[in-house]
Amino acid sequence: MNRRNFLTQSAMAIAQTVLQVRQAVGADQAPAYRPGKHGFPNVTLHTQENKTVRFYDDLVKGKHVVVNFMYASCPDSCPLQTANLVLVQKALGPRVGRDIFMYSITLDPTHDTPEVLKGYAERFGVGPGWLFLTGRPDDTELLRRKLGFVDSDPIVDRDKSNHIGVVLYGNDRLDRWAACPALSRARDIAEYVLWMEELKSKPASAIGAIERGVAALPA
Amino acid sequence: MLTKRDLLKWGLVSGGAALIGANGIRLASSQTGEVCPADPPAQSPPTTPFIHALPMVPDLQPVPLSQLNPPPIPSNHQQWDRFPPVRYYEIRVQERLHSFHPELPLTKIWGYNGIVPGPTIRGRYGEPILVRIHNDLPPNHVGFGIPQIITHLHNAHTAWESDGNPNIGFVDPGSFRDHHYASYYAGGDEREALGTLWYHDHRKDFTAPNAYRGLAGFFLYFDHKDSGNELDPNPQALRLPSGEYDVPIVFGDKVFTADGQLFFDPFEFDGFLGDKITVNGAIQPFFKVARRKYRFRLLDAGPSRFYEFYLSDGRPFELIATDGNLLPAPVVVQFARLGVANRRDIIIDFSQYPIGTQVFLENRLEQLDGKGPTDRILSRGTQVLRFDVDRDAPDSPPLPLSLRSLPPVNITASTPRRTFVFERLQGAWAINGQFYNPDVPMATMKHGVPEVWTIKNGGGGWSHPVHIHFEEFQLLLRNGQTPSPEELGRHDVVELHPNDEVQIYIQFRDFVGRYVMHCHNTVHEDHAMMTRFDVTPGP
Repeated sequence: MNRRNFLTQSAMAIAQTVLQVRQAVGADQAPAYRPGKHGFPNVTLHTQENKTVRFYDDLVKGKHVVVNFMYASCPDSCPLQTANLVLVQKALGPRVGRDIFMYSITLDPTHDTPEVLKGYAERFGVGPGWLFLTGRPDDTELLRRKLGFVDSDPIVDRDKSNHIGVVLYGNDRLDRWAACPALSRARDIAEYVLWMEELKSKPASAIGAIERGVAALPA
Repeated sequence: MLTKRDLLKWGLVSGGAALIGANGIRLASSQTGEVCPADPPAQSPPTTPFIHALPMVPDLQPVPLSQLNPPPIPSNHQQWDRFPPVRYYEIRVQERLHSFHPELPLTKIWGYNGIVPGPTIRGRYGEPILVRIHNDLPPNHVGFGIPQIITHLHNAHTAWESDGNPNIGFVDPGSFRDHHYASYYAGGDEREALGTLWYHDHRKDFTAPNAYRGLAGFFLYFDHKDSGNELDPNPQALRLPSGEYDVPIVFGDKVFTADGQLFFDPFEFDGFLGDKITVNGAIQPFFKVARRKYRFRLLDAGPSRFYEFYLSDGRPFELIATDGNLLPAPVVVQFARLGVANRRDIIIDFSQYPIGTQVFLENRLEQLDGKGPTDRILSRGTQVLRFDVDRDAPDSPPLPLSLRSLPPVNITASTPRRTFVFERLQGAWAINGQFYNPDVPMATMKHGVPEVWTIKNGGGGWSHPVHIHFEEFQLLLRNGQTPSPEELGRHDVVELHPNDEVQIYIQFRDFVGRYVMHCHNTVHEDHAMMTRFDVTPGP
């Protein structure tokens, strides 16, 4: 377990929990699972267009999102990862910005001003629907920790150039989250991002999975 | 059932002093209302130990073929004509409410036939079966886990289309998949018999949350030696404790929110640890035993915890099988160690205790995070199960001196050798520097050609329980040394401690297709520590 699960929450959350427990006692059954919507810091961030946004309320709440961390002067891993995510954005097509949103949060907010991030995004040919985000160092650090982009070895963790090269994707509406290496094949990442959507129920006679298995049998 | 006293105890009705963590986890310092500055351990609500009985898992009953609608399609399966099913089974994966402890409210689980653990399937060598597994999960599920399934029978000798390859095609809600289990010894050699297997969800990148939500169950194979009958008149039968004295036990550590709901953290990439160790789906149960021998089949279902189980009075017991496979001979041990997905069959003889004795099974292995155990053995561990010796009963015959001999190892100068390094890479996990790519095999093996593999830990202080699908292997060397007697059997999971290097002997037989090798810390597995290998017909 990790400290990000233990942040102080509002009196409202307490009240809600008490209510749910009471309902559970009264109804003799489990309360509905409460999505982890309160798990995200609602910190103030600035986009590459210098627009001010709140992380949870404006960027995550009810949305299907893709999140990673980077910094503009990163010598090795970030350029490759950003370039790969540009391919992911292309694979997802016009849905990015419409119902899927991409966010890259800087690990170097002191140097990565909105202007710097804007130039960075333009250099990589980033399309609309993908925000590059900076903010107060305490806030971006809190986000990094809460979202799990932390190495358990404190020496490795302090070395920004060796940061966690993972891309996180999820859907707040379903409270479904997963992650993969940001250097996985772009078309795979795009597929994984689409796993975060509601599934369609199939008729009972559907045997699609079986057919696919046979089609893939080796010669 | 919750009582007002519980609510008071948790600070939930006393005046709002409690703080609720980000995902509903109560803060360690909630009594004072201060924010805890450092990482506190997970803190599930308190539960009174040993007030409920160890759940006994029901056996899955066969169904008539006519119940399977539509009927199975033989051409979907390798060697159907050679291994025509003699029995059929049907399982429905369902969402249900489950009680992990009488003092916790019911919580949402996913179970095979709606129960945790799933029903036990009892197979017999020479009797092929077909198991149809339906996905009846709600497609609009909210919360951890994804309502698509793939079921792996760990570690059956099975054609790949029935194995549960994580990429073979997800079974959506409303759909099903047929698994054909040939019940055939690898290579036709009875020394390759498997005994204690388990089936669990293997959906790519969601194995940790889906299995944690409850998708795990036992599958036991029997044959003329390990016949499941302690009174078997067949002179070849081992007459091991059977029936109610042969008890499968699955361990899974879990976290519960302040309101008693099962919790999983998808933002934890190192591994996920729980502070409540469930035993057959119950927290700290008791088990009433007779003064005689029992066979316990221990399974670590993960997601990330390693165990070292001792009897609380320090008495030794006998280890008879590792990863489900009978050893050449019983080994007297002080403890049973399990990494994720390991199985250990042990014999405890309660005839050495007077009636009225209470003795605990306790885990003394320290583990503080998902990286792996510290390897510190605690003087007093976590008591997970209490045995209450409460009656006399006729005993099974004495344990035989020998169990099942090992198949031969034939290594020559031309034996193919391969090396696989399990390593951390960019905050995720890789094998030989590569993240899992389901489209490209890292190795292709041929029938009838045994191989020697070196499997290395890439360092950084991580432990990896490495699992190879489809075939069992024998450990040749651990860090250049001959393995200990407990490790001399056949395995399908090998613990790689930090900086470990092991050498194994393995061969691939009978079926062809795509299989995988992966870390069975299911969080590492879900973050790309997996590789595909292919098996092709002989040279």
